[in-house]
Amino acid sequence: MDAVVVRDIAKSFGAVRAVVGVSFSVREGELFGFIGPDGAGKTTLFRMLVTLLLPDAGEAFVDGLHVVNDYRRLRPRLGYMPGRFSLYPDLSVEENLKFFASVFGTTVEENYDLVKGIYAPLEPFKDRAAGKLSGGMKQKLALSCALIHRPRVLFLDEPTTGVDAVSRQEFWEMLGRLKASGITIVVSTPYMDEARLCDRVALMQGGRLLSVDTPDRIEATYDRPLFAARGSDRYRLLKALRAYPHAFSVYAFGDSIHYTDARETADPDELRQYLRARGFEDAEVEPIRAGIEDVFMALMQAQEEAHDGHH
Amino acid sequence: MRTILFLLQKEFLQIFRNRAMLPIIFVMPLIQLLVLSFAATFEVKNTTVSLIDEDGSTTSRRLVEHFEASGYFTVVHRTFSTAEADAAMQRGDVRMILHIPPDFERDLRLTGTAPVQLILDAQDGAAAGVVQAYAARILTAYSRDVRVDFVVPPPDPVAQPVIDVVFSHWYNPDLNYQFYMVPGILVLLVTMIGTFLSSMNVVREKEIGTIEQLNVTPIRKRDFIIGKLVPFWILALVELSAGLVVAKVVFHVPMLGNLWLVYGLTGVYLVGMLGLGLWISTITETQQQAMFISWFIMVVFILMSGLFTPIESMPGWAQKLTLLNPIAYFIEIMRRVLLKGAGFWDVQAQFWALVTFAVILVTLAVRQYHKVSA
Repeated sequence: MDAVVVRDIAKSFGAVRAVVGVSFSVREGELFGFIGPDGAGKTTLFRMLVTLLLPDAGEAFVDGLHVVNDYRRLRPRLGYMPGRFSLYPDLSVEENLKFFASVFGTTVEENYDLVKGIYAPLEPFKDRAAGKLSGGMKQKLALSCALIHRPRVLFLDEPTTGVDAVSRQEFWEMLGRLKASGITIVVSTPYMDEARLCDRVALMQGGRLLSVDTPDRIEATYDRPLFAARGSDRYRLLKALRAYPHAFSVYAFGDSIHYTDARETADPDELRQYLRARGFEDAEVEPIRAGIEDVFMALMQAQEEAHDGHH
Repeated sequence: MRTILFLLQKEFLQIFRNRAMLPIIFVMPLIQLLVLSFAATFEVKNTTVSLIDEDGSTTSRRLVEHFEASGYFTVVHRTFSTAEADAAMQRGDVRMILHIPPDFERDLRLTGTAPVQLILDAQDGAAAGVVQAYAARILTAYSRDVRVDFVVPPPDPVAQPVIDVVFSHWYNPDLNYQFYMVPGILVLLVTMIGTFLSSMNVVREKEIGTIEQLNVTPIRKRDFIIGKLVPFWILALVELSAGLVVAKVVFHVPMLGNLWLVYGLTGVYLVGMLGLGLWISTITETQQQAMFISWFIMVVFILMSGLFTPIESMPGWAQKLTLLNPIAYFIEIMRRVLLKGAGFWDVQAQFWALVTFAVILVTLAVRQYHKVSA
């Protein structure tokens, strides 16, 4: 049985269509990621799945229970960590954990083994007010509180947004260990690099799913020649590449520029010579493998074009 | 049931940890009770007077003495010019001009009547009315005196019937304003603590986002509401106790009624007011909005509660509106029970009104609060 089954779920707020007919399923014990920019509809989708928001259409089951009809039986089996830090800032670390354990009718002792790896670094600060913790520690506490009742499925809405790089890495290591203990984890993130850490990812944009697959297979769908170009004047380089007759798409990616050719095959030397001719003496061009972000950009572009063609 | 206990424990932890709120909850109301009860009185003392005594006779001087001896008037300005007296009033130095015309004594002697002119600064109409009533009382008493002096033998009671009205003020024989005000202000404090704190509480959970976390827990709606109401219910009753102690010790307010009845009725009243606070909490998104709406409702309720202005003096439509004002009922109850020693049966009508408010407001709040949003 799949841990999460979603069929054609949709939600609008007035004229804004936040989620537009989304279907997918998450296998038991899977670490499933939603990747998409802000406003893609990730939070709305999560809120429907954790029984906080009623869908306009479609249906969803979590751990075999209907999110609308069986919400009461479902809630004890869910763990939810909202994107915003949402614990009591005026209660201490320990009081927060105890409170959430008690409202779920359990105790910290009973499930300590599950949160131990996450909570242990917080133990020395257990009397500190939760509001006075650092970002990374707050996030550990929030995860502990979401886990303390031993949920079957854990929903984490952008857990690493606004957290430093080291804490982010630690956090994903914790998720890996949790997954090993058999909990199904559904996580959303705006960071493409985190997609590789998931078993499967869903690319989301404008309330729609663009693609759902393993990170490897998603990357493999990229069927056009892709080059990374580097040069001293990035802005001029970008403009020059866009002006190249065979350019399909050109984006700035970190410290390099990702260039996709519109043809089946392309020769990097040809592009190098084109740039030299334009006065970019030091420009380097090398073929690269597409990452999730490249696929995402291409899918977004395709969706926008399909959309424009519609109008 | 255990869930409610955990919720209560958490609420009290938060209340007692809030260093800024604690003094507001426990000290401010008592200060208000002390300040307001001393300050809020209908008496108008030490009205400053400009005197124009054009008669200058023994009789006119005795009239002035009557005014000054009453304790309500102080002559601060004497003149023979009406223009100067007017100027003194214009400057705000005096609030009243007492003009005794020439031949005041002679006219009284000959005809038994003589005019006296009183000019009042009536910017504050209510105060001017009170001052006028004092002055009228003094003049009446004085004219009775001079009749005794001048008309001997006394006038024939058949020709000049004298109706002597003797007042007797029951339940507050000394007309002590504090006895009247303190129970009302006590109501105010209990109401403000209950409504404001409860209205800001659920909204706060919305602001810090914890409401989302609570909503995904299996906490029952009923338990949640009880967990939110009971702490402030208890706090408000503690507040009432502190207020009653101050009323007794500082103001010596008589407490003729049964104190258990006071607590019982306050308990019922508070359920309604906390329900109101909770309802405000459910319809607002920020503490600021909640505070503003509570404040708006409170001001209307308080000003129309009969605390400062008697309900009987309001226009008919306003009197009808006070039927919808829980504070008005509760002030009535407090005054009756404390000052008159009323028992449950005497305040039964008000009690049922409070029960109705409680049921309606809590129902509204419960219906408005949703764990799931549409």
